[in-house]
Amino acid sequence: MSVTVIKPKKTLSVEDFREIWRYKELLYFFTWRDLKVRYKQTAIGALWAIFQPFMTMVVFSVFFGRLAKIPSDGAPYPIFVYVGLLFWQFFSGALSETSGTLIANQAIITKVYFPRLILPISAVVTKFMDFFISAAILVVLMVYYGYVPHLKGLLILPLLLIITFMASIGLGLFLAAVNVKYRDVRYALPFFIQLLLFITPVIYPASIAGKYSWILAMNPMTGVIQSARAALLGTTPVNWLLLLLSLGACLVALVIGVIYFKKVERYFADIV
Amino acid sequence: MSAIIEVKNLGKKYSIRHHRGGYVALRDVLANIAKSPFRFAKTKVKEITGVDTREDFWALRDINFTVEQGEVIGIIGKNGAGKSTMLKILTGITPPTTGEARMHGHVSSLLEVGTGFHPELTGRENIFLNGAILGMSRRDIVKNFDAIVAFAGIDQFLDTPVKYYSSGMHVRLAFSVAAHLKPDILLVDEVLAVGDAEFQKKCLGKMEEVTKQDGRTILFVSHNMSAILNLCTKTILLDKGKIVEIGETPKVIDRYLGNAHMNAAIDFPQDPSKDIQISRISILNETGEPSARIPISEKSTIEVEFEARTSVEGALLSLLIYANGEMLLWSSESDKNASLTDYAPGKYKTTIALPAFLLNVGTYFFDIRLHKPWVVLLDERANLPLEILDVNNPKSQIMRGHHPGRLAAVLDYATTRTS
Repeated sequence: MSVTVIKPKKTLSVEDFREIWRYKELLYFFTWRDLKVRYKQTAIGALWAIFQPFMTMVVFSVFFGRLAKIPSDGAPYPIFVYVGLLFWQFFSGALSETSGTLIANQAIITKVYFPRLILPISAVVTKFMDFFISAAILVVLMVYYGYVPHLKGLLILPLLLIITFMASIGLGLFLAAVNVKYRDVRYALPFFIQLLLFITPVIYPASIAGKYSWILAMNPMTGVIQSARAALLGTTPVNWLLLLLSLGACLVALVIGVIYFKKVERYFADIV
Repeated sequence: MSAIIEVKNLGKKYSIRHHRGGYVALRDVLANIAKSPFRFAKTKVKEITGVDTREDFWALRDINFTVEQGEVIGIIGKNGAGKSTMLKILTGITPPTTGEARMHGHVSSLLEVGTGFHPELTGRENIFLNGAILGMSRRDIVKNFDAIVAFAGIDQFLDTPVKYYSSGMHVRLAFSVAAHLKPDILLVDEVLAVGDAEFQKKCLGKMEEVTKQDGRTILFVSHNMSAILNLCTKTILLDKGKIVEIGETPKVIDRYLGNAHMNAAIDFPQDPSKDIQISRISILNETGEPSARIPISEKSTIEVEFEARTSVEGALLSLLIYANGEMLLWSSESDKNASLTDYAPGKYKTTIALPAFLLNVGTYFFDIRLHKPWVVLLDERANLPLEILDVNNPKSQIMRGHHPGRLAAVLDYATTRTS
């Protein structure tokens, strides 16, 4: 028979991760609920997940690609920017979703116990589903422009997704925990995300930064987006060092995020 | 039998700042620093050096008890005695400040009916979601699905979004999901306070069935003394965060009511942020002395003192009388003239005259409510006890000291010989 011990101080342990595994069905249900509820009472439903990045891509291609003539490392601009957007929207969407998830689920948090980590994780998983839906457009674009990814490229994709996943969970956990106490996050974050878009090579190639490209390399999404383009479009060779750097940065973010979240988690129900 | 729940020295402290609660905006913190940098520095220093005078509030302190398997334990006490805090700690929602609790077996809690219901989802979808939130596995939900639907009686509306449900249907569905939980230990907060009387009875019946058949261990918080009396073998009485008594249910309830009886006049703590608030409620006997024990043959008066801090328009004062958890009477100031009252800021006193021979001999509870009908509950004081004594009672002489029925209204009988 299982024994539950309730004590004042709980430190982070392996048990926490086992517990999340035990609650995996709840994780599934939260994700399912968010997906199900999101497009209720909309006319075109899940098509929104495709429509948004698609229209962004069209507008960007016209203004940045056609009119401003921003270089795209030799690939057609629409497909170039779409690869960037795909990862970027996953990352930024997951960030804003996770940061608000504890407050959105306040009623549940104050009435039922479950490992709180489940909520932010489920928020990221939900965004991940959107990623898959909007990836369909990329396939169409690749067929249209006649790009065939090589095998090495396809193999690297899961790694890129894992990095993005970790980056958004790590930062998201931190923001979600801070947001419980300081609601300023809700106002600061959209603005912060907007700024971040410009220091991430989404609409331009990292190469235009020239000798200052090391600044861009500090941003983990730089490595991810550049590698994705290298893998799928063959614009540049895969920069393994950059990718390793991104992986390291994400791991650090993840560890800090989890530790901070676990540290303040106990008081969520009292102050949310 | 071995102990299934062991609680040792459990305590929960809130610091008042914390308790007053909610979140702080970084803006406020910054504004405070800017406005009075010295005071801010001083309080920070005090905080760090530990001479901070900020007040601590123990919601629970020195709680010790054990529960054997299959026992149903009632937890009673006034509002703010720490009942809900205790359940929140035992479920793990909030951590204790001191002590520990050990629970052997799978624990489920029911602090609210319908936690996590999503209005946009259908009844069917919500059964799965709510079940999962309460800790049921998907397999269990599928297995119990038909029983849940049948108990709630909503099969026609299974694929309708819950937002179109009546509140009664909503509660029925929610309770039904909860009733099919199969944990070893179940923690239940005042969940039966919602729903219509008939459904409440059905729920109590279900809980009784569950405890008696399956030998499940239950901790049950309630204001409904008859439910506690029916279900619980042992009862814990809490007051101001401490256990006052723990033992056989009838004895503990007596102690609780006895304690309450001494308070024929109760003053309530005031919260200056409320628009209108009840400050004192007293029960006066025929001679105008405070007493919560009134002879059945005497008139009595309930006096309600309250203060309006701003103008409050369209308000109504109501008296609700309960017996065994069922409402006997809903009486309002508007009953005679169907009009609501506007209160200018100031202090007020309302007296409610209760006639003799209104309630039968026994113990009753009443609530005083200040509200804007159908709009907002302004203030409420609930569960105030009132005892009607068997004194000068002609009825009792014929009934040999028995007191059937709840009302004692003396009706006029006129008999004429017709042939």
